Amino acid sequence: MNAIDTRATSAMLYLDGVHVSFDGFHAINNLSMTIAPGEMRAIIGPNGAGKTTMMDIITGKTKPDEGDVLFDGATDLTRLDETQIAELGIGRKFQKPTVFESQTVEDNLLLALNVDHRVRATLFWQDSKADSDRIDRVLETIRLTSARRRLAGNLSHGQKQWLEIGMLLAQDPKLLLVDEPVAGMTDIETYQTAELLKTINRDKTVVVVEHDMTFVRQLGVKVTCLHEGAVLAEGTIDQVSANERVIEVYLGR
Amino acid sequence: MMPHRLTRSLDRSATVFLTIVAAVGILLPLSNLLLPDASPLHVPTYMMTLFGKYVCYAVLALSIDLIWGYCGILSLGHGAFFALGGYAMGMYLMRQIGTRGVYADPVLPDFMVFLNWKSLPWYWQGFDMFWFTVLMVVAVPGLLAFCFGWLAFRSRVTGVYLSIITQAMTYALLLGFFRNDFGFGGNNGLTDFKDILGFNVQADATRAALFALSCLALAVGFLICRAVVGSKLGKVLIAIRDAESRTRFLGYRVESYKLFVFTLSACIAGVAGALYVPQVGIINPGEFAPGNSIEAVIWVAVGGRGTLIGAALGAIVVNYAKTVFTSGVLAPYWLFMLGALFILVTLMLPKGIVGTWNAWRDSKVTRAAEDADSAAFEDGVIKPHMAE
Repeated sequence: MNAIDTRATSAMLYLDGVHVSFDGFHAINNLSMTIAPGEMRAIIGPNGAGKTTMMDIITGKTKPDEGDVLFDGATDLTRLDETQIAELGIGRKFQKPTVFESQTVEDNLLLALNVDHRVRATLFWQDSKADSDRIDRVLETIRLTSARRRLAGNLSHGQKQWLEIGMLLAQDPKLLLVDEPVAGMTDIETYQTAELLKTINRDKTVVVVEHDMTFVRQLGVKVTCLHEGAVLAEGTIDQVSANERVIEVYLGR
Repeated sequence: MMPHRLTRSLDRSATVFLTIVAAVGILLPLSNLLLPDASPLHVPTYMMTLFGKYVCYAVLALSIDLIWGYCGILSLGHGAFFALGGYAMGMYLMRQIGTRGVYADPVLPDFMVFLNWKSLPWYWQGFDMFWFTVLMVVAVPGLLAFCFGWLAFRSRVTGVYLSIITQAMTYALLLGFFRNDFGFGGNNGLTDFKDILGFNVQADATRAALFALSCLALAVGFLICRAVVGSKLGKVLIAIRDAESRTRFLGYRVESYKLFVFTLSACIAGVAGALYVPQVGIINPGEFAPGNSIEAVIWVAVGGRGTLIGAALGAIVVNYAKTVFTSGVLAPYWLFMLGALFILVTLMLPKGIVGTWNAWRDSKVTRAAEDADSAAFEDGVIKPHMAE
């Protein structure tokens, strides 16, 4: 690990002056943001604002051209790959629900458990009471206990979203990055998801990217609005949605 | 209840498969050796050797299914590992010839004498010992697969690009082994074998033993592959096949898993090649031909990938068909038929023979389970999946 001598910041996640461009297109432009430990933050912004690219940078999928990305005050994420970052304790839910469709709900969670992920340990892995208890608890939290033996591919869209959140829980990360968790959900499911995320936030730091304003309002947390790869506004949902530049960006100029 | 039934039926098909392999592996050689030629149950030696060849192909198919069916790695160069295992065995058999060769050199194989070589090249050392040969049969393909895989998987070469470079790999080996100065007999390869472990390779008893060993290799290979895909590692392989980056974000080092399974698969392919060579009596660079590797992939597709049993079955069925069709008036059309078979299977039976059979059986089981579920639901025993 590339630990810096002293903790550079007390933040769980610290981005400073981050730039990324793809073939001359500036996807992220001098992005700076701080997420405190235990915080839940909602990220909004129009299409192409750089929300998903930001997630890619934090999880190691994309390397920034310049800028600092620090995790837990000390670890430079720009030097690590996806696997190392996941092992550090950053879990990610994709925009499109990505579960292992040909495997059962239970097996999806088993794969996500934060046990030794090396080849030999996985080959000789034995079922243990502790692991199955953890899977049971997660199944209860995401309300899929009765579907545990069904193939993930046969779940409804909303259930897949929940299963993926469940996989994040099984991973037991310190920081959860959740990309559009309520896309395609019914109103009731959306409501339940907000409650679920609030429960998760009791002991984990959460970053949620979402378009659904009712959902963001229900979360009742600090909101960051991105635009053209930089922070446009930050504050409560009421402050941000009253911000003239935000209105301009969302409604067109 | 439902998965329990599924596993049980899966175990049953594995048991049936292993029983058949064992029965064939024991009864066929016995019938060849003990029954008189006139008996209708007597299996002639040429037939036994032919089927021995198919069984070796079945082992190769297993190794391809392990990486393609379960981990999504489509190797179009797996014939190379098969051929390398075969060459290792061929080198042992060459060194057993000794003074019985045309030039009667006690150490050098005939082709080296012919090329005016004075001493045995370093890489031919040790192949006079059977244990060393067995080690090399596994180690050489394994090592090549490890180096190749280490470079390819670490650079995240996937999909069609990986398939193309595996083709390039086997083609490069083909060109290399064709060269006389490469030291493996060039165009002619290695042949004129006399004996193996002191037994005449032409003798019926040796042939019978080789056939039985091939069946044993198929059974053991099947059990190894099954143990791998049945472990948690098997679930990770399927996860990589279905959603590679998701697996990465869960903290799995995908390249290590691919490297492990690719190397294991190459070792199994090497064993298949080593059993193949003494039965067919020759190994030459033709075995490296890219077409061979593609054909092997077709066997797996026909039998059903991701089923193991299907791969073995596909190898035997397609090769039997090949033998039938290439020995009659239809001979010139075999490649057309193989192509048509591949297209038909892709269009009509994308899961292959065994995959389609499994899907049909599972759907019956699932329907029964769902009926039971909904009956229970109506009784108010089970709550709906998501409380509204």
